[in-house]
Amino acid sequence: MKILTLLKIAMVAIKRNKTRSVLTMLGIIIGVASVIAMLAIGEGSNASIKSQIATMGTNLINVMPASKNRGGVQQGREMSQTLVVADVDFLRENSELISAVSPEVGGSGQVIFGSNNWPTQIFGGNEDYTYIKKYDVANGRIFSSQDIKSARKVCLLGQTVVDNVFGEDIDPIGQTIRFEKIPFTVIGILKEKGENTFGQDQDDIILAPYTTVMKRITRQTHLRAIVMSASSEDLIDEASSQIEAVMRLSHKLKDSEDNDFEIRTQAELISTFGSISEMMLVLLGSIAAISLVVGGIGIMNIMYVSVTERTREIGLRLAVGGKGKDILMQFLLEAILLSTIGGLVGVAIGIFTSNTVENIMAWPVLITPDSILLSFLFCTFIGVFFGWYPARKAAALDPIDALRHE
Amino acid sequence: MENKIIEIQNLQKNYRVGTEIVSALRGVNLTINAGEFVAIMGASGSGKSTLLNILGCLDKPTAGDYWLDGKNVNVLKKDQLADIRNTKIGFVFQSYNLLPRTTALENVELPLLYNPKISIKMRREKAEHALEAVGLADRMKHLSNQMSGGQQQRVAIARSLVNDPVIVLADEATGNLDTKTSYEIMALFQELNDKGITIGFVTHEPDIAAFTNRNIVFRDGRLIKDIQMNKITNVVDALDQLKDEDTLLDEFVNVCVA
Repeated sequence: MKILTLLKIAMVAIKRNKTRSVLTMLGIIIGVASVIAMLAIGEGSNASIKSQIATMGTNLINVMPASKNRGGVQQGREMSQTLVVADVDFLRENSELISAVSPEVGGSGQVIFGSNNWPTQIFGGNEDYTYIKKYDVANGRIFSSQDIKSARKVCLLGQTVVDNVFGEDIDPIGQTIRFEKIPFTVIGILKEKGENTFGQDQDDIILAPYTTVMKRITRQTHLRAIVMSASSEDLIDEASSQIEAVMRLSHKLKDSEDNDFEIRTQAELISTFGSISEMMLVLLGSIAAISLVVGGIGIMNIMYVSVTERTREIGLRLAVGGKGKDILMQFLLEAILLSTIGGLVGVAIGIFTSNTVENIMAWPVLITPDSILLSFLFCTFIGVFFGWYPARKAAALDPIDALRHE
Repeated sequence: MENKIIEIQNLQKNYRVGTEIVSALRGVNLTINAGEFVAIMGASGSGKSTLLNILGCLDKPTAGDYWLDGKNVNVLKKDQLADIRNTKIGFVFQSYNLLPRTTALENVELPLLYNPKISIKMRREKAEHALEAVGLADRMKHLSNQMSGGQQQRVAIARSLVNDPVIVLADEATGNLDTKTSYEIMALFQELNDKGITIGFVTHEPDIAAFTNRNIVFRDGRLIKDIQMNKITNVVDALDQLKDEDTLLDEFVNVCVA
């Protein structure tokens, strides 16, 4: 028997019991729609976290001082003074997997301009710092190597600082602000970056040459951190192990000694936060999948009822020459049709729901083709799995008994 | 020499009911030739339904031989029997067994769906032709549940003819119909038989059996009578007589009321 004919028979059977077919599909529709919506919400938050982390820097690798054990006393990270400018130069010369490296120093304090003041943070870096930390200059220029060499009192301002200390009609560039009593000439404004993953305002900063910050503000010779960009995203892990080796060499550590620094990469951050949202994703997905299975059981139930109800029809089909496998295929196809039509409607409702959630609740959603394919394949599988037993029961009927069935 | 459609020899059928073995057929010999219109009669439990199931290849005998259209069907497997049913046999049932909420045409097409050699176009043509033959040319698109019992049985007869079977087997085909409609259905069977279609007709009503050209009677699993009918009742006459009786009855009622 041709598959097309079988398909037609199955369609006719489904149409004959419209209300019941729709109710049966409802289980699958809700299941598929919730799988798609849940995955879209999960994937959406996942992707938004990843993109937020990506704004923190270009293939960023941080080297930070590690807490040190001095005479049995574990010291805080701020206390350890293991990173120095020499390390930066050593890294630049010896690690070819990094494209840029900059020291990072900083402190917090009050910025004053005219009668306005604002508490903020100052960061010191070299000329590559804006590239590594993904800051763009909206206006003006970044400090030059000459500025760094001479420890000139120049700075760039984040948008938040500009908004809080300058009035609307003053061009900040060329103005002199005071940070902790040190006068700085504003040479540039940074493009707005927004909040990072931790809710910190990335625009509430002042950037200055690290030499100036070290000399005038922190008055220390050690660095808060060394920041670097790996040559490419794929090389972050490789670069980080190379950096570890180079840093050990730079600090002349023996094999028996622990690292007196710590390396953090963007990839690690992504995986830390990613694992949380991935867990959410699995949780949401499995709840939705359960409803899909329940929908499948609904199909099985209806197919069983259908086989009993149509016993005489089956008997007739067998009597006029239908074979067991024809009957099996007919009922199996009916179950598959119910579940796949339900699946298609479910996909549509799932996409609609996801978009509604995005519009109304302003949650980030991301519908992946994978989730659509997955839930669609899953409900086809459910059709086969839960349709199989009722169909087998139908095919195994004896024509004489089936014809006499009341 | 006549063309044998059905030939059975020493056919036996035993059922196991619990620990007991019940013999439904105890050695039946029967030959049905092409063009015959045979009434198979007997009380319930006489074995006539069992015989019909075996003749229709729905069941297999315990012992004995069965040749259908020159082919020994005893040796065939389940799927091969399904093919035989599909191409050589037409069934008509007491309760019509039409698919509900399905058009007459689609009901008649049903047996051909299971024959891969028949194209969609051919299927449609054959079904239309069969419905014309039973006088339902104007009701092809009607749904089965919108039809009267007599019309439904006509659709069922069309369905039994659509595969050009060597024999049509009817099981109490008039059992659910009133006398007039029964006679009309028998008129159709006689007409089909006149066209050369072989018919096996199970019934327990002698007046229905009188329309056939051969009566065989079963009792306790044995064939006890095989009568060639010399004087076949013409259904058209019987219908006329029925009409006369109705007219008389109407007049009588009218007189009484008056």
